[in-house]
Amino acid sequence: MGIFFDPEVWGIAWPPIRSGILITLALALASIAAGTAAGFALSLARTLPVRRLAAAIVVYSDAFRAFPPLVLLVVLYFAAPFAGIELSGFAASFLALALVLAASAEEIFWAGLTSVRRGQWEAALSTGMSRAATLRRVILPQAVRLTIPPLTNRAIATGKNTALASVVAVPEVLNQAASIQAQTASPAPLLLAAVVYVALFLPLVRLGRWLEDRFPSP
Amino acid sequence: MASIFETFLNGEVMLESAGLLLRGLLVTLEVSVLVIPGGIAVGAALATAASVAPPWLDRALSWGVDLVRAFPPLVLLVLIVHGLPFLGLEPPPLLGVAIALTVNTAAYYGEILRAGIASIDRAQWEAARSTGLSTPGVLRFVILPQAVRNVLPDLAGNTLEAAKLTALASAVALPDLLRMARIAQGVHFNPSPLVLAAILYLLFLWPLAGVVRRIGGRTTLPV
Repeated sequence: MGIFFDPEVWGIAWPPIRSGILITLALALASIAAGTAAGFALSLARTLPVRRLAAAIVVYSDAFRAFPPLVLLVVLYFAAPFAGIELSGFAASFLALALVLAASAEEIFWAGLTSVRRGQWEAALSTGMSRAATLRRVILPQAVRLTIPPLTNRAIATGKNTALASVVAVPEVLNQAASIQAQTASPAPLLLAAVVYVALFLPLVRLGRWLEDRFPSP
Repeated sequence: MASIFETFLNGEVMLESAGLLLRGLLVTLEVSVLVIPGGIAVGAALATAASVAPPWLDRALSWGVDLVRAFPPLVLLVLIVHGLPFLGLEPPPLLGVAIALTVNTAAYYGEILRAGIASIDRAQWEAARSTGLSTPGVLRFVILPQAVRNVLPDLAGNTLEAAKLTALASAVALPDLLRMARIAQGVHFNPSPLVLAAILYLLFLWPLAGVVRRIGGRTTLPV
């Protein structure tokens, strides 16, 4: 058991893992921001009265929620070069995580938008507001409340999925821990990485739980 | 256009790698068959234990579940598969992967079932007890059937997530569908096996996603 807590190996592993934390955070924040924004844009596009566009968005959303993120990442990283698209490990991971999050976020925003009753649209439009103003001033403020807990949970899942980037050699926390583990033949770096992940995500998991109690879904 | 087909949907390469991919698909199915029922069983045990436990134990269980949920599944997998040998335990690779993924997914199943049990009015417990049913009998015949029905959409959503998790097995060198596709790609220096694997994943998982959508499941799970 002591080998897991070998202080010497923890000392060797800490500097690379610390630099890995920055990459984990950068990848997480970039893909959460891009994925949420893209999902929001898609859900708004789905409200437009263009049936084909809405159908295409539904297909996208279903396909990318069905697809394991790691499979998407591996395809982007190892297959795209054959089409002349060379993505760095970081870029491929960012793209995979953002595409997957966008699919879930679209569905969450859409559920929020459709939860607002039809009468709210009619009432707002009847006051002379434009469609855009109705959406912005009446519908969205009510819709967003419902989207907060599931969106938080999806964002946390995306943050945790940054560990997948280790598979395409991005030097984030897990990747750094695995290479130190190989060098030192000790499981201690992996345990240190586990501690780092728990420190990063346990508060967020508790926050997600609290939000679910605070804004219960109807 | 022809060259894109030759590169990504090369029939010859796909045919030659079909045997390898099929073997990988079987391993992926084996992992799913171990992890999904295993996760449901452990999750149900957690949820029922929490429902009859004193408050302090209930709180301890909820922290334990959150601790597991704070781990990226891949980190849990690597820690268990590469860590167990240092404790003198060397389970076969398939078993190591199954244990890690079951631990992960059981935390989510447990949380969903706990919410289901909490959705049943406390008076039902008392009414059922007053008919002479034992506590396990109350759970089995009265509480759980209703609880499961109330959270069926979330259970379906988590089953989709659990099935998607199986692809992680490739990262610890289990010869599953994704791993075999990578090997075949290396042999042929052509990405068609990867494309074929992606199509196979979609073939299995898309219908499941459709079921989840139809029964109104949130595909947005509790964390």
